[in-house]
Amino acid sequence: MSWNYREAEIGDELPSLSLEPISRSNMILYAQASGDHNPIHTDKDFAVESGLPDVIAHGMLIMAYLGRMLTDIVPQSKIENINVQFTNMTHLHDELKCIGKVVEKNFSTEINTILVSLRVEEIRGQKKILGQALININ
Amino acid sequence: MKMFDRSLIGKKYPQIIFEIKEERLKLFAKATGQSDQLYTNVKFAKEKGHPSLLAPPTFLTVVSMEQEDPYQYLKDLKIQMGKLLHANQEYIYLLPIYAGDILRMESEITDIFDKKEGSLQFVVFTSTYRNQDKVIVGKAKTTLVVR
Repeated sequence: MSWNYREAEIGDELPSLSLEPISRSNMILYAQASGDHNPIHTDKDFAVESGLPDVIAHGMLIMAYLGRMLTDIVPQSKIENINVQFTNMTHLHDELKCIGKVVEKNFSTEINTILVSLRVEEIRGQKKILGQALININ
Repeated sequence: MKMFDRSLIGKKYPQIIFEIKEERLKLFAKATGQSDQLYTNVKFAKEKGHPSLLAPPTFLTVVSMEQEDPYQYLKDLKIQMGKLLHANQEYIYLLPIYAGDILRMESEITDIFDKKEGSLQFVVFTSTYRNQDKVIVGKAKTTLVVR
């Protein structure tokens, strides 16, 4: 990997993660793996009765993709915290991209960190997640 | 829409004990498209200095679902499941979590508030996760919204 978190500078873009369009089977498999069986993610009839056009993806599935983007480039033990806001629902066939950018660098006697802004965007521009992660660069 | 009962702030939910199994981590990796072998291949993880498969950053969400009625809070708050959305999620990581760990999750409602003149109502759960040595490995704050 060309980008090294230990040498990160403010403004650096992290290597992004582009995903295949979200499918029903993504949601069904994630329901099984996570144990979150809310039918709004797996049952179209239920979703329509709830006022949606079709099923929507688990927010936590989309956050898991963001986690993957981070662990692809930073050892997981270096992630101090992650904080995200789910800003829009992810619909069937949405094509997502996970993006990160270094926004702060903090040095102290105990711990040196970078703050990374995070976002997940649909390729047509709608933001699904906005957030940040604090990474230990000691 | 009827407002949430704010007296539920401080309500604690029964603790959940959850043993992290390799198979569950592999299934989670598959479902999230994770190909890094630290999360799927025990031999590889050990070669990299880990005691076993590593639980990925969002795996703690699985623990909260492992109870008899993971949606009891919907009844407490009188929420229809189809109107519920996840608004925010925060994790604080203190120690790595591995296959074979037995986690104990304790959770309580720590806030209830509304926005847009009550048309959006929020409930915040704060959770603490300890391992088999009673050491806190992580904390979570989950904010749900009813649309």
